[in-house]
Amino acid sequence: MKRPDLEAKISNFLSPLVIAGAGGFLVVIALLPKIAEMIRTQLQSALSPTWASVVNIALGVGATVFLLAQLPIFLIWFERKVAAHVQDRLGPMRVGWHGVLQSFADGIKLLFKEDIIPEGADRPLFRIAPVLVIMGAFAAFAVVPWGHGLIISDLNIGLLYIVAITSLGAIGILMAGWASNNKYSLYGGMRSAAQLVAYEIPTALVILVVVIQVGSLSLQDVIASQSDGLWGENRWLLTRMYGLNLIAFVIFFICGLAETNRNPFDIPEAESELVAGFHTEYSGMRFAFFFLAEYGAMWLVAGVAAILFLGGWVGPYFSGPLVFFLKTLFLVFVQMWLRWTLPRLRVDQLLALCWKYLIPITLAVLVAVAGLSVQAS
Amino acid sequence: MGIATTARVYKDLEPDSAYAFKPEDLEDDEMILNMGPQHPSTHGVLRIELKTDGEIVKDARPHIGYLHRNFEKHAENIDYQGVIPFTDRMDYVASMANSLTYALTVEKLMAIEVGERVKSIRVLVSELQRIASHLLAIGTYGMDIGAFTPFLHCFREREKILDLFEWLCGARLLYNFNWVGGVSHDLPEGWTDKVLQFLSEFEPVIDELDDLLSLNKIFTDRTATVGIIPPDLAVAYALSGPNLRGSGIKWDVRREDPYCGYEKYDFEIPVGQGRYGPIGSCWDRYYVRVEEMRQSVRILHQALDKLPAEGDVHEKVPKRVKPNPGEAYARTETPRGELAYFIVSDGGLIPYRVKGRSPCFVSMSIFHEIARGEMIADIIAIIGSLDIVLGEIDR
Amino acid sequence: MKEYLEGIWVSMTTIAIGMGVTLRHLFMPSVTQQYLADENPEARWKSQIVPEGLLNERSRMRLHVKIEDCIGCKQCEKVCPVDCIYITTEKREKDEAPIFASDGTAIKQRVVQFDIDMSLCCYCQLCVYPCPTVCILMTPEFEFAETSKENFLYRFAKEKPLQPGEKKPHEPVVAGA
Repeated sequence: MKRPDLEAKISNFLSPLVIAGAGGFLVVIALLPKIAEMIRTQLQSALSPTWASVVNIALGVGATVFLLAQLPIFLIWFERKVAAHVQDRLGPMRVGWHGVLQSFADGIKLLFKEDIIPEGADRPLFRIAPVLVIMGAFAAFAVVPWGHGLIISDLNIGLLYIVAITSLGAIGILMAGWASNNKYSLYGGMRSAAQLVAYEIPTALVILVVVIQVGSLSLQDVIASQSDGLWGENRWLLTRMYGLNLIAFVIFFICGLAETNRNPFDIPEAESELVAGFHTEYSGMRFAFFFLAEYGAMWLVAGVAAILFLGGWVGPYFSGPLVFFLKTLFLVFVQMWLRWTLPRLRVDQLLALCWKYLIPITLAVLVAVAGLSVQAS
Repeated sequence: MGIATTARVYKDLEPDSAYAFKPEDLEDDEMILNMGPQHPSTHGVLRIELKTDGEIVKDARPHIGYLHRNFEKHAENIDYQGVIPFTDRMDYVASMANSLTYALTVEKLMAIEVGERVKSIRVLVSELQRIASHLLAIGTYGMDIGAFTPFLHCFREREKILDLFEWLCGARLLYNFNWVGGVSHDLPEGWTDKVLQFLSEFEPVIDELDDLLSLNKIFTDRTATVGIIPPDLAVAYALSGPNLRGSGIKWDVRREDPYCGYEKYDFEIPVGQGRYGPIGSCWDRYYVRVEEMRQSVRILHQALDKLPAEGDVHEKVPKRVKPNPGEAYARTETPRGELAYFIVSDGGLIPYRVKGRSPCFVSMSIFHEIARGEMIADIIAIIGSLDIVLGEIDR
Repeated sequence: MKEYLEGIWVSMTTIAIGMGVTLRHLFMPSVTQQYLADENPEARWKSQIVPEGLLNERSRMRLHVKIEDCIGCKQCEKVCPVDCIYITTEKREKDEAPIFASDGTAIKQRVVQFDIDMSLCCYCQLCVYPCPTVCILMTPEFEFAETSKENFLYRFAKEKPLQPGEKKPHEPVVAGA
């Protein structure tokens, strides 16, 4: 059976465009410092200082939101390809050259779906839940630096802000589970709430470990203290403290997986048990929101891990947003790798892992690092 | 929502039988949860009603019959050879085993003794089918627990077996291969070499499966403390196959009541040893299946060596199957347990009564005993470890 | 305490081994065979283990009847377990010219109706064996999906096909009809 002609024509026309677009994206990210400098000088000369900074921040917000909207398109394709090749198969191949148009096709399909709200569901809560979850994931990017001076707002309590904003997602999930008027969704929501609340404690403790060594909660300061690359006095935090930071990095990564509900912690959306958990009853664009929030949170966790332990936009050989992008992409790949390898943990085992293993180990690491820091100074 | 409103809703829906849970019997805080006929993890259309207190299951009642296709009634209207496609469809995952049991029963009824080549071919095909069926059981069990990758690795190997079967008899899943008095096709040229090639590629895959899934700490934590079947309970409920051997009892119909020349083959019978938890846990039953695949590879090597070069597979196939009046009962070891057929003949061309004794039906009967006190996630693990196929339960 | 540390060690090692297996598979070639990759309809579907590919001469896909060779013995109709073959024959008169099948058997019956309801067929191949002239066979053609159930009734008889509105002797049971 031959492939229909129209389908082949559309695919052959759009695929090079999409691939060229992705390439252009990377080029823009690499040249971002120069572009930002140009824009800044233009604005300084043209407007008054307050207006210039307002327009600067607005452009920064716009650029971040644009980036975060484009990233899931790439990440969905990437995840499906990684999953497929791990499982000895090919993944999407037909929708565009090697499946590059697949995310667009899925997005358009979700837009066309009927918006169903179940009978007996709590309508206001049902509508607000996806918004809260996405807010929790995307608002944290306000303090994530992409390069020198490329940050929307360099809060001096940046890390505390991130921990606080990501807990908003938990409320959104609880709302979604309750408002669906469905026993399975309720189960999913309850489990997820317990999981998210429990795993914030080791996250905060690991951040404390970093803060002790850096001396500040601001993310730019964290990067500034790792400005020497892999060797030297101010080298990457991962390689300092005789391996204690390595343990802290692994713990942070595990907690990040739990925060974003990824396998092995995806009890709330356990496909084989609860059909789809807390987002069973969501269809169309509302479901797409949950999906986007998951990929945004994945990128956030990977980005913050890269900043805290791997030096952020300061690289071993060259610096800039492209370095940050590559590091984050590698950590996202590791998250996907773990998802397709490991089975799922049961709820009580998940909580036991947190309370009985992660928190004591993190406390021990914290005490050791504090002791070593005091000794060094 | 209080209990009163629940009762009103349920009364409108008319519970289907006295067997279902009644909402009036619920105590405080208990909930009736329905894992309905359409569910990603119950292997087929099985409905399980759970009475839960939070996450803990207080009682469980399986409802079957959603796949009932009147196999035994059909068999009363079709001649003996024509029933074989129907037996294939009972346990559609391991259909060579079903048709073999039926063919052995009719041969017992008619006192036909098949030749050596037919016996060797039947053993070859049965053991390949055992590997294919266990691969499916292991793959889907991993998927239920949350590991998605071993499923596809197992299916890649199963695909090779299905391709070999298609080369042999033309169909991939429902073969109509074991006939009364012989088999339908002889082995094509080069088939045995490819089976050897498959076996050499397959043995490292079982070890890789160990690395990826069986010995993974998350997997053993999920399954090794759950669904414990004590040996005396297993015998009391008449379990068989890997479910019985997982509880430590060495009982295999291929050893106890040999057929098709199994007494000549040298193989071990793996039993559960309680490596990560009590004996009789889900992990033990699962690992017995993995070990059985290894033993099947061993039997296959011996069968390929012992295959006689000469022999006509259609030699003893009768033109018209017309047994004398009487009854016969024969049993074999299928991948799911001990399958048996009881055939009553009245001397005509059509059987008078065909009864299939299904091992999965018996496995399902123990479910409510071991599901008490477990959590909902463990229910999935237990059903997966019992390895049920609804086609066989409902017939 | 010892079990605690042992538990951590075992988790880390088994997870690392599992991740190694997955990483190795990431770089192994895929085994997927794409449907449209074979633009040539004569090409055979490749298999991982069967040398000449799949869909060989033993494949049981679409039924085909060489109606010129049918002698009207109705053996296939009797042996079909799901009763999907419907044959009606008329005795040929003695004064009609003798016709023969391709292997020389004389054809005594005129096959008026030879219908096979493919939607009932269970692909068991039991009809192929009793045919004396081997005129009913299962071919390797698998792309025969239809959009309506009536199209699944294959009419092979050439002499006197059923007129529209004429009732068939065996009426197939269609759900909802």
